[in-house]
This record gives sequence, C-alpha cells and structure tokens, in this order.
Amino acid sequence: MSNGTERVTEADNYLAAGTTLRSWLTTHDHKRIALLYMISITAFFFIGGAAAVLMRFELATPAGDLVSHDTYNKLFTMHGVIMVWMFLIPSIPAGLGNFLMPMMIGARDLAFPRLNLLSWYLYVGGGLFTVVALIAGGADTGWTFYAPFSTLFSNTHVIFVLFGVFVVGFSSILTGINFIVTVHMLRAPGLTWFRLPLFVWANYATSIILVLATPVLAMTLLLLAAERLLGVGIFDPALGGDPLLFQHLFWFYSHPAVYIMVLPAMGVVSEIVPCFARKRVYGYRSMAYAILAIAIIGFMVWGHHMFVSGQSAYASLLFSLLSFLVAIPSAIKVFNWLATLKGGSIEFAAPMLYALGFIGLFTLGGLTGLILASLSADVHLTDTYFVVAHFHYIMVGGAVMAYLGGVHFWWPKIIGRTYPEMWGRIAALIAFFGFNLTFFPQFLLGYAGMPRRYHVYPERYQLLHVLSSAGASILAIGYLLPLGYLTWSLFRGPRASSNPWRATGLEWTTSSPPPPHNFAQTPIVTEEAYAYDSSADPKESRA
Amino acid sequence: MNAAAAEPFDDVRQRARADTFGLWIFLMTELMFFGPLLFGYWFGRVEYAHAFAVASRHTDVTLGTLNTALLLSSSAAMAAAVAARVRRATRVATGLLLITFLLGCAFLVVKGLEYRSEWHEHLFPGAGFAFAGEDAAAVRYFYFLYFALTAVHALHLIVGMTLLAVFAIALWRGADEFGAPRRIELAGLYWHFVDIVWIFLYPLLYLLGRSGA
Repeated sequence: MSNGTERVTEADNYLAAGTTLRSWLTTHDHKRIALLYMISITAFFFIGGAAAVLMRFELATPAGDLVSHDTYNKLFTMHGVIMVWMFLIPSIPAGLGNFLMPMMIGARDLAFPRLNLLSWYLYVGGGLFTVVALIAGGADTGWTFYAPFSTLFSNTHVIFVLFGVFVVGFSSILTGINFIVTVHMLRAPGLTWFRLPLFVWANYATSIILVLATPVLAMTLLLLAAERLLGVGIFDPALGGDPLLFQHLFWFYSHPAVYIMVLPAMGVVSEIVPCFARKRVYGYRSMAYAILAIAIIGFMVWGHHMFVSGQSAYASLLFSLLSFLVAIPSAIKVFNWLATLKGGSIEFAAPMLYALGFIGLFTLGGLTGLILASLSADVHLTDTYFVVAHFHYIMVGGAVMAYLGGVHFWWPKIIGRTYPEMWGRIAALIAFFGFNLTFFPQFLLGYAGMPRRYHVYPERYQLLHVLSSAGASILAIGYLLPLGYLTWSLFRGPRASSNPWRATGLEWTTSSPPPPHNFAQTPIVTEEAYAYDSSADPKESRA
Repeated sequence: MNAAAAEPFDDVRQRARADTFGLWIFLMTELMFFGPLLFGYWFGRVEYAHAFAVASRHTDVTLGTLNTALLLSSSAAMAAAVAARVRRATRVATGLLLITFLLGCAFLVVKGLEYRSEWHEHLFPGAGFAFAGEDAAAVRYFYFLYFALTAVHALHLIVGMTLLAVFAIALWRGADEFGAPRRIELAGLYWHFVDIVWIFLYPLLYLLGRSGA
C-alpha cells in the first residue's frame, strides 16, 4: 500500500475534535461512537475468549482435572452469552457499520445521533452488568436458557444474566431503527438503491432482522424471568404451559440472529474482494437480492433447532426444506465472489487474506449446515461437536474473519494511520490455520459421537481434543497479534493517505481520518458502486 | 464541536419525515414485542379450545366494553388535539390533550377494578390460583396471558399518558417549540398504536368463545 504524502491537519479530523474523556462520552458523532463500540467490543471479545481458552485447557485431558463440572457449565454459558450478544451481534453493524454507513451514503451522520449514543450506553451498561453477573455469580444454562431448566432447576444467577441481555437487546433495536431511517432518508443525491455498496445493503437487511427479531427475544426473556421469579408463565406444564413454546420463541430470535452475525460479514467481504481483485463485483443485483432473500427466508427456518424436541414431523419437514432453501442465496453469494476473483489482478493484502479465509470457511460451515438440516442426519448429530464445529465455522470462521478483514481494510480511514502490512498477513494466516486446527477436529469428534457441553469424555476422543486445544492456542495468537500491532499503529503507525487501497466508495473520497462532518460538501453520485477498471476482462461489463 | 453543523438533515421537513418514519419502525418493534404473548395465545386457543372458551366467559365483558369505549374516545380527542395544534389553536390543543389524559386515567381505574375482583376470585395465575373445573391448568394459562397482555398494554398506556402530560404542561406554559406540532403528532401516533393494541386485545380476551355458552 502507498503511504500518502497528503497530511491531514490535526484540527480537521474527528479524532482531534475533542480530546477529553467527556468529549468522547458525550459525543454525537457516529465515527466516535463507532470507536467507543469497537473498543468495548474488543474488551468483551477477549473476556469471552478467555472462557473458551479455559474450556480448551480443561478438554486437553479426558478427566475433569482443571475445573469442576459446575465451573465448566458456567464457562460455556459465559463464553456463549458474551460472544453472541456482546461481540458477534454488535461487532460489524455497531462497530464498522456505525462508522461506515453514513460515509458510504454521503451523509453527515446517522439520522438520530443522540439515539446512537444512547444505544452505546445501553450496550455497554447491559454488557458490563452481564459480565459481572457471569464472573461473580455465573449461570449454567448455556446461552440458550432452555426452560424448564432455567426456570425451575438451575441454582445459578440466571435472572441477572437475563436482565443484562434484555438491556443489550434494546441497544440492537435502536441501532436497527437508526440504520433503516438513515438509508431511506439520507442517501446522497444520485445514490439510488442499486448504486449502494453491498455493505450498506447487508447492514440494511441486518437492521430489518434486528428490529423484527430482537423484541421477540426481549419478551421471551421477560417471560422466563416471570416464571423463575413469580412462578407464573407459559412454559411450565404444571401452569398449563409448554417447554417447547420457549424453544419456538427463543429460536424465532436466535436463528435470524445468526444472519445478524453473518450478513454484515458478507457485506465486508463484498467490499474487500472487488477492491483487491480490481474488478467490479460480479452480479451486483443478484448479490443485493440474495442478501434480502437470506434475511427473509432466515426468519422461517428456526424449527431446524428442534428436530429432536418433539415438534410435529410435518413441521420438521417444512423447516428442513426451508433450511435447504436458504442455502441457495448463500451459494449465489459465494459463486459471485469467486466469479469476481476470476480474471482479476489479485493482491494478497491482509484484508484480502481475511476475506478469502471467510469465503472458504463460510462455505464449509454452510455445507455442514445442510447436513444438519437433513432430518435423519440431524438425529445423529444433534448436540454433538459436529454442531459446535458447524456454527463456529459460520460465526468465527465467517463473522470474526470478516470483522478482522474489515478492521484492517478501513483502519487507515478510521485511524488515519497504516498498520504493518507484513504482520497483518502473518496474523491472518495464523488465525486461518489455528481456526481450522481448532474446529475441524470437532467435526470428526461430533461425527464419532462426542456430545457438546461435557467436560469429561472417554479416552478414545483425546487425540482430536488435544489437536483442537492446540489449535485454540494458535488461534489465540492470531487474535492477540492484531491487538498488539494495531495498538502500536494507533500511536506510532505511518500516516495514511485518504485512499491507500485505491478503493471506490464515498468513504474513500474524504481525508483520513475524516473531518467531523465527513464531507466538505454533500457528494453527488453519478455511477454504480465498484467502478474498478475491469478492462482486463471484457466479459465482465454487465453489472 | 458545533452541534448545529452536525445536524444530519438538510431541512426541517426532511427531519420531520425521518422522525415519523423512525417512530413507525419503533411501533413495528412494539408489535413484535407483543408477539410472543399473542403466539402463546394462538397456541392456547388451538390446543385448549374448550378451556379458553370457558376462561374467557369469566372475564368482565361489561367493564371490557366500557374500557374500549373510553380508549376509542381518547383516540378521538387525541386526533382532535393534533389537528388543533397544527392550526395553532394552542389553548384547544392543551385542553384536548388533558381530556385524552383523563380518559387514559379512567381506563386504568376500570382496569384496576377488574384486576381487584379477579384477584379476589383467585384468578391471578400465581400460587393462590383456584378454579373449579377439569381444565384448571389451561384456564390458568389463559389467565396468565390475560394478565400479561393487559399489564404490558397498561404499561404502554402509562408511558403515553406521561408524554401527554408533559406536552400539555409545556403548551400550557407557552413552550411552543417544545410542543411543536410535529411532536404532538408523534405522541398521537404512539397513542393510537396503544389504542389499536387494545382493539385486538378486547375481542381476544373478552369476546371470543363467549357466544358458545
């Protein structure tokens, strides 16, 4: 990458617009709120990661010799709750999206700046509360809080965790409302819907899921709390209720939540791949429609979590079919990314390595999802490590890889400094290798019958568990490295030019870091997104 | 930081449109918030059809109907208040907001009376619940939904009444900017939403199944 010569004067950028702690904690600037989010998200990520490391240490031997089974139960609950609600769901939308959505559409800010700040306070307040509850007291229900265990039997601090997650949910809702209104109302002149970058499409679709699904979670958590605290509710058969009702309501939120995690990741990859292949993204419209299709069909597949829970066989049949259907738009996206690569002049910069890692790992995660969506196979594989491996390929191999790719890609824009490129590439490769070593053995473990959420296991599983634990320590290095060199770059990195990657997109037309109100004057858009020079391949002219 | 320059909108009209649009999306989230309870209701209505019919005959249809009338009148007053505010008849608007507020109060009083008699009849689904009949568990399930739905609705009504009170006081004191027409309109939109939720709760909890007696 080229380190630019054009320097930004200090007073002209949003980072210099105020340096006191108070100026940060009362800011209405979406870029500053994005940084607040990214800092807090990173902190939660490493807390959730520490729980995972402890679990992998425990699992290195067949005996339960490091932690008690109670502690182990609390560890996987803590890992799940923190990673899902404090990291994965806000990571790309509230972190990168907060920074980029207004810039990509040529706006001065999100539609409701004060609501945006409130959403961060709800997130960080609810998140801290949850983390304290999980560390000081702990809960042993898993992140899924299944009734009646969570309502009648668990003797841990379930109520506090429910409360924290409930509060964090409202932060998601506010972000979703803000994004939807912003995309509808604040696009720059000439920026029609089909000229929007796919990152904007992806976060727009994500916002729709956020506003439709999160309130359902909120009410479901309230119902759990009422049943646990007051003994009134609709899940306990003694009260006339049905535990399966809880699973329906929970997964009605939590399966779309998977798409909350992976759609924005797809958006990031759709920005990175064309830039480093120097080609317009292949099949732009089909990409946009695929995003919407995933968001819509994703609402109708939740029952595939309940194939063995006693729901009707006909319901299972439909949910299985719909789960296969959702693979089609996902496959269209993978196909289009690959077609974008074909004939491009590819540069293996760090963001591109993360993006390529995403494509491969997401594909494997998606394909194993089809195995799980098959009714008969799922009976054998339910609650085994196969499921654990499958969703980690989507969430860690997919969402985390894309998040890191995005952080590297937009780092020069966000911070105004470049990161050490060689270290970036090394970290991406280490994370890719460590990830596969951690989670591929878990497919084999699950297929061989190792159930999830156990800390003691028969000796014949040990080899694969040891491989997985070894992989986890390598993966940890892959995550700690960026923390180190990005922190270094924050203070010491060379100044970045306004567009070090020669990327298209309105966010690259302003200085790095951008001025407080993004654009000196509102830009006027006259062409479609991804206007990369594709003269190398004349077949690619249609968009 | 210059707050005025950070304003994301080009003009007041764009801003007003964005506020209205944002509130509509918020109301959609509210609808989904009621969703699990309505889903639970649908499940019970299908699964325990007989018990639900028996249980809904125990709700007080007279008070329920009275409350429906009170809320519909309040929405009419609210709509008139918005219209008055838009044509700058501030005194009239303030009075109408007050009437809307008082009708909300009356609704809550009636609801409270209902709750009281149901409590005495041991219909609250807690430990003291008692119902003579074979379907006691399913009736208890119905009464949980009855209390949960009406309580969440009442909570929303209280939020709406707080908004009305704040705007009525502001207009009475002459804070025209604070009580700008577009803001009264947004408060009205929220109020009508709370009313519409009741329009669905009323037949679900009071009417359905009653005629089969």
